[in-house]
Amino acid sequence: MNRLLYEFTESVRIAWTQIRANKMRSVLTALGVIIGIVAVTLMGTAIRGIDTGFQNSLAMLGEDVLYIEKWPWGPVEDWWNYNNRPRIRPEYAERINRVIAGTPNSLLQIAVPVLTRGCSVKVGDAKVSGVFTIGTLAEYARLISADYKEGRLFNEAEAGSGRQVVALGHDVAEALFPGRSAVGETVMVNGQPFEVVGVFAKQGEFLGLFSFDNQAVLPLTAFQKYFAGRQDASIRVKVTDKLRLAEAREELTGAMRRVRGQLPGERDNFSVNEQAAFKAQLDPVKQGIAMAGLFITGLSLFVGAIGIMNITFVSVKERTKEIGTRKALGARRRTILLQFLIEAVSICLIGGVVGLLLTYGLVAGVGAVFPSFPIVFSFSLVFVGLAVSVATGIVSGFAPAWGAARLDPVVALRYE
Amino acid sequence: MSPAPSTSAAPRATRAPGATVIEIDGVTKLYKMGAETVHALRGVSLNVRRNEYLAIMGPSGSGKSTLMNMLGCLDTPTSGRYFFGGKNVSTMTDDELADIRNREIGFVFQTFNLLPRSTALANVELPLVYAGLGSTARREKAGLTLANVGLGDRMGHKPNELSGGQRQRVAIARALVNNPSILLADEPTGNLDSRTGEEIMQLLEELYAQGNTIIVVTHEEDIARHARRIVRLRDGLIESDVSQA
Ligand SMILES: Nc1ncnc2c1ncn2[C@@H]1O[C@H](COP(=O)(O)OP(=O)(O)OP(=O)(O)O)[C@@H](O)[C@H]1O
Ligand SMILES: [Mg+2]
Repeated sequence: MNRLLYEFTESVRIAWTQIRANKMRSVLTALGVIIGIVAVTLMGTAIRGIDTGFQNSLAMLGEDVLYIEKWPWGPVEDWWNYNNRPRIRPEYAERINRVIAGTPNSLLQIAVPVLTRGCSVKVGDAKVSGVFTIGTLAEYARLISADYKEGRLFNEAEAGSGRQVVALGHDVAEALFPGRSAVGETVMVNGQPFEVVGVFAKQGEFLGLFSFDNQAVLPLTAFQKYFAGRQDASIRVKVTDKLRLAEAREELTGAMRRVRGQLPGERDNFSVNEQAAFKAQLDPVKQGIAMAGLFITGLSLFVGAIGIMNITFVSVKERTKEIGTRKALGARRRTILLQFLIEAVSICLIGGVVGLLLTYGLVAGVGAVFPSFPIVFSFSLVFVGLAVSVATGIVSGFAPAWGAARLDPVVALRYE
Repeated sequence: MSPAPSTSAAPRATRAPGATVIEIDGVTKLYKMGAETVHALRGVSLNVRRNEYLAIMGPSGSGKSTLMNMLGCLDTPTSGRYFFGGKNVSTMTDDELADIRNREIGFVFQTFNLLPRSTALANVELPLVYAGLGSTARREKAGLTLANVGLGDRMGHKPNELSGGQRQRVAIARALVNNPSILLADEPTGNLDSRTGEEIMQLLEELYAQGNTIIVVTHEEDIARHARRIVRLRDGLIESDVSQA
């Protein structure tokens, strides 16, 4: 009905003149809401940021990859049972591939051996230490979803012929060959010369813990020759369908048991790992942030709501005579209720907008100082922030507004 | 700015009363103050017809304002019956009473009761908002009504930019804007000096001549002289009810 619409617009107009006339009071009242909105949006931003960063990292690792390793990921108590497990040899990969080839409708695509260690990479006087060095086969390219800034990964021929070639992570190449092409140059990896055949595109790091741009990938044969003796390998196996990871895992366990020649009833003497383990380890961090954020949000919104309630009570008291006048002119109960609710909601909305602007500024600032920190300010946060503000306004404004609506007009008109 | 009253010197015309607007019958009003009970009205019966110009007089505390609030549907009687335009008001809900006040009754208060942060025009528009009128129609109607009370050039002024007399004119325009059946004024000149008060009474005289039905509460004989009928209250009872030429 039109009347309600006109009452609504009139109430909005009155609310804004009222707030403009009491600027200081309104801002102070909105402070609790501002803090609450900053807390809730920052929390959302942080959690989303962690998720995004983690998803990116998982994508770099390959979301559809299982890892055959000696040790399971995550904590173990009976470590001695695992310590006695036989070594994981790189050759297992080829034998698993043969099992896969012999299995109709296999859920497994390909197995690739990976050896890792930290190395230093040098060109002349320039040196990068602690480079995450990976020794693998050319099929490694099928495991990862990496782009190249220039060049490519070594191919089967290069790897097989024992050529000393390497693909560098973005940051390593940038540090050694600032602003120029690295392909064709020779770098010293722990003192051994390797020719650069490719540079990975920048992939970013995960919360600053681990950088995928600080790596070097070189052929397994060369790696074994110079850097590793009897080190445990990690066999990475790509699955055909990441939605059927559990089945794939079962198939892989069977294949590996055949390779190892394990008897039925014997316990697996290897572990099949997957990224879900990482995810599980991250959950408590996210929960912690969520709990802290919710606590701060709840507390400040509670304080804010009490402030709004108080100011609305004051406003109703101050304008009791006005309420009486409006009733004499034909305002219904709902008219008065609406007017004071809109006033409370308006103050909260101002607080919400200011809070969102503050958060936006903070996020932009952090983003400028730490570009690798994965935080994202999203539209849904704006929506949540404004919705929380409106809800706070309605909840806190209702009691005083209802009181105002129920005032006896004669009593209100007599009020001095 | 003067309203240019036209009827001040002319012999006053009394219009023939029309249909009954207000009919109250044995109305009482009690106020309970702790253990004490105040009998503000003890049994008042009164008929007011269209085209009447009535003054309610009486000493302080005699129940004038109580009666006025009752007539204006702001208050309900403790006992007795009240018919407004033939409809029984005593049994109406809050919202029905609000609608009656909006459409049928125009209030003028001693203290003007304008919204302080709104312009004269916005103040006069307010009853039309509650009547559900669109903004263009509101502005036009409110503007015409303000012009009719002589404030055509003060529409954008806020109350604190107007004199007391002008404020009361805005309040009268606000009371009239919805074409009510009856105009109720409780001591409309009580906060004005006698010259300005006289101007307001001239305005009411004009409005009466234009066809409005008016009830004024006052305790000043000078003011009451403008009315065509005077009802005197004492201790919550009607003491006399006299029509005058
Ligand atoms: N809300 C109330 N609570 C208690 N008593 C009230 C209330 N309103 C009015 N009264 C009492 O009712 C009686 C009539 O009051 P009312 O306001 O009608 O008088 P009045 O004739 O308008 O007086 P005045 O000329 O001073 O305005 C008074 O004794 C007053 O004290
Ligand atoms: Mg009175």
